[in-house]
Amino acid sequence: MMKRTIPMLLAMAAGIVMILAYFFPPLTPLQDKTTVWFNILAAVAFILGGGNLLKVHLKKVSDRREGWAYSMITLAAFVGVLAIGLFKIGVNPLDEFPAQRMAGDFRAEGSGFWYVYEYVFAPLTATIFSMLAFYVASAAFRAFRAKNLEAILLLGTAFVILLGRTAAGVFLTDFLPEEGILANFRLENLTVWIMNNPVTAGNRAIMIGIALGTASVSLKILLGVDRSYLGGGD
Amino acid sequence: MYEFLRDLDRRVIFSLMALAVAVPILLQITPPEKATPIVRDAFETIEALEEGDRVYMAFDFDPASAGELQPMATAFVRHACEKKLKIYFTALWPVGPQFIKNAERDVISRDFPDMVYGEDYVDLGFKTGNEGVIKLVANDLRTQYPQDARGTPIDDIPMMEGVASIRDFDVIMNVSAGYPGTKEWVQYAVASAPDDVKLVAGCTGVQAPLLYPYYPQQMSGLLAAIKGAAEYESLVLGKYGRENEPGMYQEGLRRMAPQLSGHILMVGLIFVGNLVYFMARKRGEA
Amino acid sequence: MTHATRRGNATFGVLLVLIGVAIAILNAVAFHPGAGTQWTKRTEHVHTLEDGSEVRWTEHEAVSVKEGREMAALEQDAAPLFSRTAGLWGAAILTLCIFSFLLGDNPLYKAAEAIVVGASAAYWMVIGFWETIVPNLFAGLFPDWTRANFMPKLSAEASVDFLLLIPLALSVLLLLRLAPKIGWISRWPTAFIIGVFCGLRFISSLEADFLSQIGPTIKPLIVMGENGFDLESSFSNIVLVLGTMACLVYFFFSVEHKGAVGKVARSGIWMLMITFGAAFGYTVMGRIALLAGRFEFLFDDWLWLIDPKDAHPAQAFLQTIAPMLT
Repeated sequence: MMKRTIPMLLAMAAGIVMILAYFFPPLTPLQDKTTVWFNILAAVAFILGGGNLLKVHLKKVSDRREGWAYSMITLAAFVGVLAIGLFKIGVNPLDEFPAQRMAGDFRAEGSGFWYVYEYVFAPLTATIFSMLAFYVASAAFRAFRAKNLEAILLLGTAFVILLGRTAAGVFLTDFLPEEGILANFRLENLTVWIMNNPVTAGNRAIMIGIALGTASVSLKILLGVDRSYLGGGD
Repeated sequence: MYEFLRDLDRRVIFSLMALAVAVPILLQITPPEKATPIVRDAFETIEALEEGDRVYMAFDFDPASAGELQPMATAFVRHACEKKLKIYFTALWPVGPQFIKNAERDVISRDFPDMVYGEDYVDLGFKTGNEGVIKLVANDLRTQYPQDARGTPIDDIPMMEGVASIRDFDVIMNVSAGYPGTKEWVQYAVASAPDDVKLVAGCTGVQAPLLYPYYPQQMSGLLAAIKGAAEYESLVLGKYGRENEPGMYQEGLRRMAPQLSGHILMVGLIFVGNLVYFMARKRGEA
Repeated sequence: MTHATRRGNATFGVLLVLIGVAIAILNAVAFHPGAGTQWTKRTEHVHTLEDGSEVRWTEHEAVSVKEGREMAALEQDAAPLFSRTAGLWGAAILTLCIFSFLLGDNPLYKAAEAIVVGASAAYWMVIGFWETIVPNLFAGLFPDWTRANFMPKLSAEASVDFLLLIPLALSVLLLLRLAPKIGWISRWPTAFIIGVFCGLRFISSLEADFLSQIGPTIKPLIVMGENGFDLESSFSNIVLVLGTMACLVYFFFSVEHKGAVGKVARSGIWMLMITFGAAFGYTVMGRIALLAGRFEFLFDDWLWLIDPKDAHPAQAFLQTIAPMLT
C-alpha cells in the first residue's frame, strides 16, 4: 500500500486537480498552489541530480574502475563550483545592506559564480554543441544516399532549404522574374513556400498524433491503468 | 579518385568544414538580407505597439545555443528599447538570467542609459518548474515571482503595479532553445487566453520546422535559426540604424557568411557522397 | 581501431591544443600585442557599519580594451584585470581541448569533459537553491530567518505559509532516493510530479496541438482572388490540407495500408520526407551557427585577428601587462 497505492492516489489527485480547474474556475487557486509545489520539487530535483552524480563518481573512485582519475576531476569541479555558489564566494554585498554579505547577487559580474559561468561553463557547453557541425558534415558524406524516391525527396528538399536560406539561393535563381508564377521557383521563395505548406502539413500531422498520444498516456496514468512510473517488483 | 573518396578520412571533412566556417569569419564578409514574411510579421507585431506597452521577454536558452539565439535576443531587446516599451525579463532555463544581465549591460546601460530599472525594465529572474512556471504566470504571476531577481518584493516595483497575469502583457517575446520554450508558451500561455496574448518567438534551426504549424494563428511571427535573426536585425537596423552601428547589432548578419560557405560545402559533400555510392554500385561493391 | 592508432590519434589531439596555445602566445607577443587581455572599470564601495567598522569592496565592470585605454588616459579607474585575462585564456584552452576530440580521443578532451560534467551539475544545484528554494520555500516557511540572512528586502509583514510544509516534506522524501534502503519513499513525490505533469499535458496538448490545429487546416481548396481563380493560393491550400490528411492516414497503423489507403499513406510518406528534409536543412543551419560563434570567440576575443565590435587597439605588449604586474 505504501509503495504503490499511496503514490498512485497522489498522482491521481494531483492530476485531477490540474484538469478539473480548467472546467471549474473556483478550483484555480488550488491548481496554482499545486503548481507552486511542483515548481519547488523541480528545484529539489536539481539537488537530487547533483547528489546522484556525487554518488556515482565516488563509487567509481572507491572501486578504482577505469577512468577513475577523470571522476576525481569531475568531483573536484562539482565540489568547487558548489562551494563557490552556495557560500557566495567573491560576491559583494548590496549597497543598501553592506553588513549582509550573503544577501548579494550570486550571479553578479565579478563574483566567483560569474567566473565559473563566463570562463568554464559557457565556453565548454557551447564548444561541445558546436562540434555537431563537423559530425553532420561527416554523416552527410557517408550516410545520405539517394537510394529511392523517398530519399531523393528528402535530399532534394534539404538542397533547396540549404541553398535557399543563404545568398546562394538568390544568386542561383536570380535569372527568374521577381513577380509572377515563375517567381515562386526562385530558391528563396520556394524555401518559404515549402516551409509554409508541405513542412507545415507534415509537422501538423506529427503534432496531432503526439497530442493524441500524450492525452492517452496521461489519462492512462491518471486513471491508474499505467503504473510503470511506480517501478517494478516491490 | 574513387578509392581516395571511398576511403576519405573524416578528419579531411572536418578540416573542410573548419575552413568553410573560419575563412568567411576572418574575411569579415556580411551579406545583405531580405526579410521573409514570417519574420516581417514578428517585426510588425512589435512595431504596432505603443510607448509604455508591456512586453514579457522570456530568455529560454543557454550558451550551447547562444551562437544562434544571442543575436535574436539582442535584436529583440534593442527593438523594445527603441519603441520605449516596458520590458519584463524572465527565464525558464537556469542560465537565462546571465543573458538577461548581458542584455542589461550591453544594450540597455550602454545605448539606452535613460531607462530606469523598476520603471522601464525589470528582471524577474529564473524559476524552476518548466511549464509549471508558465501555467502559474498565466493565472497568477505574483505568486510565481514574489520578488524580482534582485530580491526586491514585487509590490515595491512601480512597473509591476496592475500586473497580475500574462493577460496584462501586450506581447510575449520568447527566445527559445528547446524545452521548455516556445512550444510551452503556446500550449500554456497563448492557449489560456488566445484573444489576449500575442507571441513572437525566436528559435533554433532544430526547432523551427516544429513551430511552423503554430503560425500565424497561435504565434504572430517567428525568427527561425540564424537566418531569422539576420533578417530581424536587418529590419531593426533599417528602421532604427544609426551611424557607426555597434558590431553587436549585426552579429546575425555576420554569421550568414559562414552559413553560405558551410551550406555549399554540405551540398557538395552530399553530392560527392552519392557519386561515390553510385560508382560503388556500378562496380558491384555496394 | 588498433591501440597504436588510438594512441596516434590521442597524440594528434594533444598536439592540436599545444600548437594552438603556442600560436596564441606568439600572436599575443608579436602580432597583436596584448591579445586576450580583459579590462575593467573599477568602482570602490566603502560603507561604515553601525558598530563603526568599515566594509569596502571593488566593483569591476567589463569594458573593451579600447574603451579602457581611453578611460585610463582620462585618469578614470580602468585597467587590465589579470584574473579575467587568465579566465579568458583558460576558456580558450578548454575550447581547444574539446575541439581536439575531432582528431582523436585524448586525455585533454577527457579532462575538459569531466570538468564540464561536474561544473554543470553543481551549477544547476546552486541555481535551483538560490532562485527557487530560498525565495519560494524558505521565505515562505521562515520569513524572519530568510530576511536576516539572505533576503533583507523581504517584507517585515511576511507571514509563515504553513502549507509549504507539504512541498518541504515531499522534497525531503525525494532526496531520500539516494538512500538505498528507504529509497522507495521517493515514489511519493515522484508520483506527485508525474500527476501534475500529466494533468498539465492532458489539457495543453489537446488544446494547443490538436483542437487549435484543426481550424487552420480547414481551408478552401479553390480560392477566388480579385482577378478570379487564384492558382497559387489554391495549390498551396491543396498541398496543406491534403498533405496533412495524407500524413494522418499514414499514422493510422490499425488499418492495413493497402489499396486506396496504401496509396494515400504513401503520399503521406512523401510529405513526411519533405518535412524531414527541411528539418535536416535547418539543423545544419543551426549547427554551423554554433560553430561560427565559437570561431568568433577564438578569433575576436582571444586572438584579436578580427574586430567586428571595434574593441581592440593595436598596442605594445609590455604597455598592456605592466599595469597588471604592479
